[in-house]
Formats: sequence, C-alpha cells, structure tokens
Amino acid sequence: MENKEQAMKDKETKDSSFKNINDIADSSIDNNFNNDTAEDDVKNQSPDRLNKSRLNNKEVLLMSHSPHIWSGFSTSKIMYIFLASLIFPAASAVYFFGLRALWIIITSTATAVLTEFIIKKARKKKFVMDGSAIITGLLLALTLPPRIPIWMVAVGSAFSIAIAKEAFGGIGYNIFNPALAGRAFLAICFPVEMTSWYLPGSFGADAVTSATPLSESFVYEGSKAALYKNMFFGNIGGSIGETSALLLVLAFIFLVIFKIIDWKVPLIFMATVAIFSLIGGDDVLFQMLAGGLIFGAVFMATDYVTTPVTGPGRAIFALGCGLITFVIRKFGAMPEGVCFSILIMNGFTPLIDRYVWPKPFGFVREKVKVKAKG
Amino acid sequence: MANIIKKGIFSKGLKLPENKISASVPIKKLPLPDKVLILLQQHFGEPCDPLVARGNKVKTGQIIADSDKLFSAPLHSTISGTVTNITKALNPFANNIVNAVEIAGDGEDNWIELKSEPIIKNICDRLNEIYINNLNDYLNTAEDNLQSLKNLWNRLIKAIDGISDDELIKRVKNAGVVGLGGATFPTHVKLATQKKIDTLILNGCECEPYITSDHRIMLEYGWQVLAGAYIIFKVISPETAYIAIEDNKEDAIKLFGRLIEDAGLEQKFKIVSLKSRYPMGAEKTLIKNILGRKVPVGGLPMDIGVVVNNVGTAKAVFDSLSTGVPLIEKVVTVTGDIEKPQNFMVRIGTPVIDLISCCGKFDAGKTKIIVGGPMMGNAIVDLNFPVTKAINCILLKHTVRIQESNCIRCGRCVNICPMNLMPLMYAAYAKNSKYEVLRDYYISTCIECGSCAYVCPAAIPIVAYIKTAKSVLTGYGK
Repeated sequence: MENKEQAMKDKETKDSSFKNINDIADSSIDNNFNNDTAEDDVKNQSPDRLNKSRLNNKEVLLMSHSPHIWSGFSTSKIMYIFLASLIFPAASAVYFFGLRALWIIITSTATAVLTEFIIKKARKKKFVMDGSAIITGLLLALTLPPRIPIWMVAVGSAFSIAIAKEAFGGIGYNIFNPALAGRAFLAICFPVEMTSWYLPGSFGADAVTSATPLSESFVYEGSKAALYKNMFFGNIGGSIGETSALLLVLAFIFLVIFKIIDWKVPLIFMATVAIFSLIGGDDVLFQMLAGGLIFGAVFMATDYVTTPVTGPGRAIFALGCGLITFVIRKFGAMPEGVCFSILIMNGFTPLIDRYVWPKPFGFVREKVKVKAKG
Repeated sequence: MANIIKKGIFSKGLKLPENKISASVPIKKLPLPDKVLILLQQHFGEPCDPLVARGNKVKTGQIIADSDKLFSAPLHSTISGTVTNITKALNPFANNIVNAVEIAGDGEDNWIELKSEPIIKNICDRLNEIYINNLNDYLNTAEDNLQSLKNLWNRLIKAIDGISDDELIKRVKNAGVVGLGGATFPTHVKLATQKKIDTLILNGCECEPYITSDHRIMLEYGWQVLAGAYIIFKVISPETAYIAIEDNKEDAIKLFGRLIEDAGLEQKFKIVSLKSRYPMGAEKTLIKNILGRKVPVGGLPMDIGVVVNNVGTAKAVFDSLSTGVPLIEKVVTVTGDIEKPQNFMVRIGTPVIDLISCCGKFDAGKTKIIVGGPMMGNAIVDLNFPVTKAINCILLKHTVRIQESNCIRCGRCVNICPMNLMPLMYAAYAKNSKYEVLRDYYISTCIECGSCAYVCPAAIPIVAYIKTAKSVLTGYGK
C-alpha cells in the first residue's frame, strides 16, 4: 500500500514541477499485474487472450525517459579499475620500502574511507562506497616519503577527504585533486619530515639517508647507466610509490587498455617537460625518470574531476603542467614541482572549460550569418 | 555486386548491443482492429482539421482530415466504419495534445475506389508475382525469369518517366506520405523543393537496437522500395542515389545489389555499406558519413543539396502510384522482453494493446512499454495509445532502477556526442533550472539521440534534462 501511495505522489509531482524530474523518472510504480489469483482464473485461455484481459484493466505502467538502455559502465566500475592499476606502484612501494610502506598505505586508505563516512553521516547524506575515497587515500600514501610518522599520514589523508573533497561538495565538485592537496598540506606543515628520503631496503638504526635524485645535494656514486637502470626499476630514494618507472608505465598501459584515461595527457605532460629540459640544457632522460613526474602524469593529471572535459582542453592542461613542472624544477626553491604544477593547473580548469569547446556539428560562424543578412 | 561502396567511420559513433531478435521473423498482417484512433497531427508541421463529423460513415482510404498549409499531409481512415467521436489525445512524440478521430470498424474493410495507373499496376502485378515466387531464393532466379524481369523493369521505369513531376507530387501528397523514419517530415515538401539537389540518400540504416521493421521492409518489399526510390529520383533529379545500409544487414545489401542489376539502374543507384554504429541512421550523421558534408545548424539537408528518405517512405511513395493505396498501414516491430517478438503490418490508429497481445506473455509488473527504439523511444502510460505514422517499434523492456550519482566530469559524453556538444553542461545547468544559459551551449543542435546518457557512468538522465530545458526554452520564446 505504501508503494501505491508513493506512486500516486510521484504521478502528481510529474506535472507540477520540472525540478523533480528524477523522482518521477524511474519510479517503479506498483501495480497488480502480477496478481496470482487472476492468473489462475484465466489459465485455460490462450496466452493472447490472457494478456489482453489482464492489460485492459486500466493499470499504471512503468514510466521513464529515454534512453532505455545503459552501458553499465558505472562510476564505481571506473574507480575500481583505476584502483586495480594502483596495485602496480603499491607493489613497488612494498617491495622497495618494506612493511613500513604497507603501513603508510593502510593508514592512509583507512583514514580516507573513515573520514568520508563520518562526514557523510554528519551531513546526513548517503554514504556510497564507490571506491573514490580509497583511491584518494592510496594516491596520497604513494606520494609520501617512506619514513614519515604514521600520524602525519592520517592527518594528511583526513585533510584530503575532509577539506579538499567533501568541503567542496563531495565527488565531482572538488576543484583541486584531493590527494595532491593533502600532500601539499603535509609538505607545508611538516617540511622536514616530508623531505627526508631514504634509500630502499635500509631500515631501523642503520637507515641510509639519501636525497631524491632531483635535489641539489644528490650524488650518485657509480656509472650513469647504472643510475638510469636503478631509476627505471625503482631502486632509488623518493616517495614510496613513484620510484619505479617500469611499473608506472605498466599501470599506464593498463589504464589506457581499459579506456579509463586519455593516453594523450601523460604523454603531452612528459613531452613538454622533456622538450623544455632539452632547451634548458638538462639531462632529459634523468628529468623524465626522476621524482614524481611519471606518477603525477599518469595518475594525477588524468583525474576526471579536476581536469578539463574536452580533449583539446586536456591537452592544454597537460601542456601547462609540463611547463610549470619545468619552471619549478629549474628555477624554484623546491627540488620537485609535479605536485604544485598539477594543483596550479587544477585552478585553471574552469577557465579552460569556459573557453575550449568543441565546435558544434555544422556550426556556422556568426560573421557569415550577418553577411548573408546584409 | 560491383556497385557496393564500403564506408568507414567519419563521425563519432557508439557500438551498441544490437539485439535484433526479430530480424528473421517475416512481416505478418495484423487482424483488423475493432476501432482506431487517428491523431490529426502525425507529421512534422501544421495539424490537420477534421473533415468528418460524429456519426459519419467512412470507408477505408477515405480522407478524413486535411489542412491547406504546405507543411502538412492529409490523413485517411484506415478501416471502414463509423466515426464515433472526435476527441483529444496525447501525442508522446511531440508531447502535445492533438485532436483525434475515433472510428469504430464494421469489420468489412470496404475500400474507396482507388486511383491507380492501369499500365503501372499491370507491370507491378507481374513483377510482384515473379519476386514473390522467388522470395526464398532471390539471388538464384532462373535465367528466363531474369530476362522477363529486366523487361518488366524497363517498362516500369519508362511508365514512371512518362508521368509528370507535378502529378507524382500530387499523388504523394494525397496519399499522406510522410517520412517514416520517425521524423515524419511531409514527403511532398521534400519532393517539391526548388533547391538544387545532387544526391538522394535512401536510409536503410536502422541503427537503433531491437528495431527490425526497415530491415524486413527491405527484404520483403525490396523491389517496391527501389521503384519508390526511382520515383523520388525522377522527381528531384539528382546525379546519384545512395542506398545506405549498415553492414549488419548483409542480406539486404546483397538483395539490393541484385535488384539494382535487375532494374538496370547501376549508373544512378549505388549501395553504401556502412559500419553499424549509433546514431548512423540520423540524417545529419548519415550525410556526414556518406558525403562528408555537414548540415548547417538550423538547416535542412536540402540546403546542402541532399535529400534523405527512409526505405519505408520509398515503399509508401511507390504504393501511392502503383495501387493508389494511401499511407494507412505500416510495419511495426514488437520486440524486447516478450515471448514472441514479431514484425506486423498494422493499420495506423490501431491501439498498441492489439499488437502486444499477439506476441505472447511478458512480465507486466517490471516491463516498460516503449514506443520507438531503446535509445530515443518514449515510454507510454496508456495501452490504448494508437499507432501513428512515426512509430516503427514497440519495445517491451525490463526496467532496472539505477541510482543517479554526481557527475565526475569524465568527458565520455563530450567524446561520444555526434553533434559535438557538451552534454554534461546541459545536465548541470538544467539541474539548477538555469535554462537560459544553455542557449549559449547550442542546446537546439542536440538531436536527443541518447548516446550521452547511455555512456554516462554516473547514470545521469541527460536526455531528460535536455528535453525539459528545450521545452522550457521554447515556451519562453512564445
């Protein structure tokens, strides 16, 4: 009975208001088509007659808008495929930096989900486990240095979700990439902890501190070829998830195969850095492999919510990221610029979307129209 | 088959599950309905005024409503009987209330006297005889039959050439022929165009999933379609005619290759085999894919020298000349989640319930009844709703309730939009009732194909928002 009342209500709202289009759109309206006794009575009749006699009683039918089919490729599916691709850098993190990295990942992810849950409850909204909070937590964890105190990880993760994401209205409304915002927050609040790097595989009292390859104090004892090899496989100091170029490229291929990200964005981003490094006289291969460039280009610059929606817009975005990364690396006070370059370009996203549009099909410029009139 | 042109994809397209489950079911004539309801606006343009009154006796094929405006087409009684009521009814395609004539049938189907060309009728009867007998083995017709076919086609084409353009256009207008692809643009307006037309496209794409009516028409009324296309060709005299068929209808492509050879029209008619992508059959994308031309915003295909006609329209055009039968019946597919999906030849005005009840059981409690295809069709609330000239499918579809979530700006709708629009903006602004802004986003260019809502991972009913915004905006304009 309740259903029926609801159905009547839905029917009433249909005419009165445009705003409630969703409420009426897919409302399953209860009806007594499935009346078992009615079926028994007319069992002996032919199926044709049966349908007609049942349908003729003015029943309420199901209503909805077109299209009536859906791809089924939902937001949570996208999120979980993205999450699957993050297994690659997470694996390299645990392999090179041990259990410590695992703890960072678990803390960050758990805090992110918990924070989202609490905030949704506080705002009296429905908590949907669509995987986006896990992604934010995991992405943040992978951009942190291996020896960061665990409580800082929790603070950063909570900031990511509470301030950078939910304060703007939740998924789809945030201006800045939550994970990067969390990382930037930690980098500003705890600059010492966020910049103490260690070589992989050295823990406890005999931990060997090491600069990231990008900082000025970085010295590598050995041949250049060995350095590139280590940087490619990930056996180098840096944030836990960003060191292994090999696994990041695998993750990139994975994401492109599943059509989750636009392959052009990471490539344009990195090509821009490469070209400017070449002009600036830097070691191009070194600039490519060092720091969080590949990680940022593959996972952060391709984030849907905080980047432009059109293909050309995304290309401009990637170009801007590459340019700012180069400028910060070359002239800035910080050794690494990927995080801030993406955050800065996030701020430009609404502007890019405002001006970079596809041309509508068969679009004729206004000028031509005026001429035709005159 | 030398004259088959294969085309790749030059516009955006969506690969949909085809689900053409009724493709191999022959067209069946539906028994005469007890009563029909004929909406007085079944075409794009001005509504018709009724010419009959309550209590009048009408015969099948009699004109019961007409308008003196150009953008209009007369309507005929589709059964013989008595006019019981002149009332108002909802037209779900235009979403407006229109006048309607209700006729109760006498079950006899008395026809008015049909005006046909005796010579053409004679040729057609013999053509029909040969083709019907060889229907199952169309491609291996015996040699002697082939020769007589060629002779008959020659005579038919000569006979058509002998009739003046004005006479042909008048016949098409009187038969109430409109575009049967769904747009219902009056065909006589297309034929009478003064613009320079260089290409005629016969649209047999049928890109929507489930629908098979055009496919069946091409298979079973192939030669009538080609002859109708030739009439249109004769009137608008373009340089070339293309018969556009998607490559999932291999049999239709083969058949038309053969028919064109029979008719000796290889020089004028070419077959285009298109990749099956949605919305390939939409006029604008079809022209883009075949000719590479773009219909300007707010313009018609005629503006760029192209006329597009549906295969069903071509058949109706031919019928108006050969037998003089006006457009009173059309092929409708009943398909989806129902026991026996079928294709029916139905009289216009037949209630939808008559069709559904001939197709076996379905789970009524969770089934939507959709008039049209799954991408652009409208769900109906009343099963007594009549078949109109725009309807080519009745789809029964189980509903799955999907929860709408926030837009994540993934850009899939922008990538897929065949009209190069930004559908996410429509949803975002319409949600907040800021309809005026949407003019700047060229909302009127949208063809409501539904591709954006189909791919949307957040399951946002973008098309519903667009339709709402469009109706609000046009309302403001008035």
